[in-house]
Amino acid sequence: MSDAHNTDPHGGELAISEPIADPGLPAHTWRPTDVDPAKEKRAERQVAGFFGLSAICTVLFLVSYFTLDIDDDWHVFAGFGASTMALGATLGLSLMFIGIGIIHWSRKLMADNEISELRHPANSPEEDRTATLEALNLGIEESGIGRRPLIRNSLLGAMGLVGLPAVVLLRDLGPLPGDKLEHTIWGQGVKGKPMRVVRDGIWTPILASDLEIGDLVNCQPDALHNPERYDIDPTEVEGIAAQVHKSKASLVLLRMNPEDIKPGKDKDGNSRENWTVDGIVAYSKICTHVGCPISLNERTTHHLLCPCHQSTFDLADSGKVVFGPAGRPLPQLPLGVDDQGYLVATRDFDEPVGPSYWERDYYER
Amino acid sequence: MSVDLSKVASTNGSTPAEAKGGPKAAGAIANWADERLGLGTAMKKNLRKVFPDHWSFMLGEIALWSFVVLLLTGVFLTLWFDPSMTEVQYNGSYDPLRGVHMSSAMASTLDISFDVRGGLLMRQMHHWAAMIFIASMMIHMLRVYLTGAFRKPRELNWVIGCLLLLLGTIEGFTGYSLPDDLLSGTGVRAADGFMKASPVVGTYMSFFLFGGEFPGDSIIPRFYAMHILLIPGILLALVAAHMLLLVYHKHTQWAGPGRTEENVVGYPMLPVYAAKAGGFFFIVFGVITLLGGLFSLNPVWKFGPYDPSKVTAGSQPDWYMGWPDGLLRIIPAWETHIFGITLSWNVMLPILVMPPLMLMVLIALPFLEAWITGDKREHHLLQRPRNAPTRTAIMVALMTFYGLSWAAGGNDIIAIKMHLSINQITYFMRGAVFIGPVIAFIITKRWCISLQRHDEGKLLHGYESGVLVRSPEGGYAEKHLPLPVEEAYRLSARDNDPTPETVEEIESSGLAGRHLKLRKLRAKLAAVFFADNVQKPTAEELHDAQHHAEHELHELEAQIAAGPNKHGPADH
Repeated sequence: MSDAHNTDPHGGELAISEPIADPGLPAHTWRPTDVDPAKEKRAERQVAGFFGLSAICTVLFLVSYFTLDIDDDWHVFAGFGASTMALGATLGLSLMFIGIGIIHWSRKLMADNEISELRHPANSPEEDRTATLEALNLGIEESGIGRRPLIRNSLLGAMGLVGLPAVVLLRDLGPLPGDKLEHTIWGQGVKGKPMRVVRDGIWTPILASDLEIGDLVNCQPDALHNPERYDIDPTEVEGIAAQVHKSKASLVLLRMNPEDIKPGKDKDGNSRENWTVDGIVAYSKICTHVGCPISLNERTTHHLLCPCHQSTFDLADSGKVVFGPAGRPLPQLPLGVDDQGYLVATRDFDEPVGPSYWERDYYER
Repeated sequence: MSVDLSKVASTNGSTPAEAKGGPKAAGAIANWADERLGLGTAMKKNLRKVFPDHWSFMLGEIALWSFVVLLLTGVFLTLWFDPSMTEVQYNGSYDPLRGVHMSSAMASTLDISFDVRGGLLMRQMHHWAAMIFIASMMIHMLRVYLTGAFRKPRELNWVIGCLLLLLGTIEGFTGYSLPDDLLSGTGVRAADGFMKASPVVGTYMSFFLFGGEFPGDSIIPRFYAMHILLIPGILLALVAAHMLLLVYHKHTQWAGPGRTEENVVGYPMLPVYAAKAGGFFFIVFGVITLLGGLFSLNPVWKFGPYDPSKVTAGSQPDWYMGWPDGLLRIIPAWETHIFGITLSWNVMLPILVMPPLMLMVLIALPFLEAWITGDKREHHLLQRPRNAPTRTAIMVALMTFYGLSWAAGGNDIIAIKMHLSINQITYFMRGAVFIGPVIAFIITKRWCISLQRHDEGKLLHGYESGVLVRSPEGGYAEKHLPLPVEEAYRLSARDNDPTPETVEEIESSGLAGRHLKLRKLRAKLAAVFFADNVQKPTAEELHDAQHHAEHELHELEAQIAAGPNKHGPADH
């Protein structure tokens, strides 16, 4: 009985842990290309054929490069985009044929005997480890670092401190924030010339009567286009400076039925009822979540949806969040009209616009 | 097939190979080099180093080769790209944007696309290669985890791999932000929001990185330095370390006849493996080139230059940044306002907490598993995912979490394409990211165990032959035939799970306090880890089962011989 247990049905001796003995590597089988010279020749021709195809594709690549134009003019030879397509197709095929050729060669013609190699444990032999440890200890001993704590500790202290320059040197990467995030260019209107609200892109001022109920207009402060009118140096609203202003000052106007508006409270607890003009409200366009410009308007609900993370704000109710991840309402800009009847900002936002940050204060609407 | 071995070719040609120019010249060069570099000893072992073959070992190679393509195409792009945010008026070939003011970065990107022949091809290849680089790293990681290839001695290579994935992701983000187009600028805008949400130092980090207020004129040049120097340098060093460790440990292999923990079976590096890997480089390169030439990617000329007041609907980051973005979309509006400060949980949790946490979980997985199982042995044979049900279930749960978060990152697209309410999708996702992984864990674990039982059944009772036999009484039975010995060995050549310690054993070990508690926790986790797993049959069980099966087979055959149904197995 026990004899029967130690022998598997195929006659091999059983390893102690394995219920079935290792039958060993299967015998090598010859491929047709190993035994048939005709097939071998054919495979050789195929490999060379792939390399030949690759060469043809490379020549076609060169031809495409020098004949096809990438201008976006539809009338140039082969038209728009043909150059990229031809270059990609020819170069791609030329590379792939090289790869296919080499792999075909290795599979059909190179020796396909699997060979076996012994593994070694990842660790070093025991005597090497002992010797290394001895050397290490000897080195530490000869340095005296263990016996001289004064040297060791002062070195550690000095090395710790020398890390500081690496941090300090980064200081001039940028200025300190200061109160820059709390103000926008909307507050830079001058006496008699409050900051006009103008259409983004065409920079024309807006009369309240221009807007129908439900209309939404993307706006910017007039100063970005007309700095002199507000005694602002034009270089302060050019290039990058303009981008910085836009990233805080971008505005949406929405006209709704005045009866729909539920005026909230401002920072000092006063009602916002005189912040609107004929049912027109002005809110920051910059989302209070992570700062995307909000632009999807649900006309019938006066909800505004951010396309990035879907925070939804109710512009009839102090810009409060009705859905999504944003944590606080959109800042509202108090609107008025100037002596010519154009919409203006009576003052700056009374809270920072854009994404939240640590030092930011908050008040209930 | 009987083969006349006398005709076996001993060379690849019809005549025996003679030492002509090739080998002699190679020998001379090798001598020259060895007398100066002394590489002969190292090469002696490594030129014929054995690499096992399996399709799944190719996934890491895709990552490696796409990284090489990234280096090549990236150098090409630096020759024309101008990483400057200085405002210029575009005057290049692309008509719809001519005259528009934009940054030099955007203008030079358009020049590369429309005024440099092959420039758009290289740009698109670079972007496609980046996508493939990260995707193949992820799939390679799944392969390594699900087959247990991360176990001792390869844990450090797993850690290096996790860092490569992290760096690859950052490299991708800094890279696709460089053109300064509307889409990527929106991504940088969100990144500014993430930084500002950091407690205490948020605004300072933002002002320092952007060189002032967002967007400033510094972010593109700074991303450029990171993208072409700092991160690729670290990536290159880590890739080298990853490869060196692979060579040192020798590749893992699947269990099978002749393949054991002590050996490695496969093709020698020279010529077969070198040819296959080298040839595969050209195939990856070629596929990426075809993608770059034929499939448009990141058409920045359609997005236009960045403007902080503009955005398009459907704005999304590249796919590998999608899962934190999804969490950012579905997180409730949690902000704490207290003592005049703001804590933005709605940004911190999905962006500043979850991705680092996910990375730490990934890095910890091998060490956690080794601690729970108490396994200190070296492992070179791969495990089939079914034979480690809990491990497999953990990864599938993580994949489910990842997949749901990623889908949440496209909630607007899902809403539009499938005519669903975005609010309902969001509410659903809020629950699904918690419940989904749990369900996935349970299903996967049971599924694995059921597959283990199937394997056990095949070992004990043979495979289903498809031959149905009707007995004289009218009953039906299917004939089972024994597995070929190679297949039976393949199924049975695996470790049995250790038996977890019992509470009594631990309590009698004389431990006390924290150590005792930890040991008990470990025993409990091990019990859960191995619960319900099927162990492979013992030699005795196998013998009895085979005996029984042979008996049944005899009976069936007797019935076939006696009955009207005379089909033998040979007829099928």
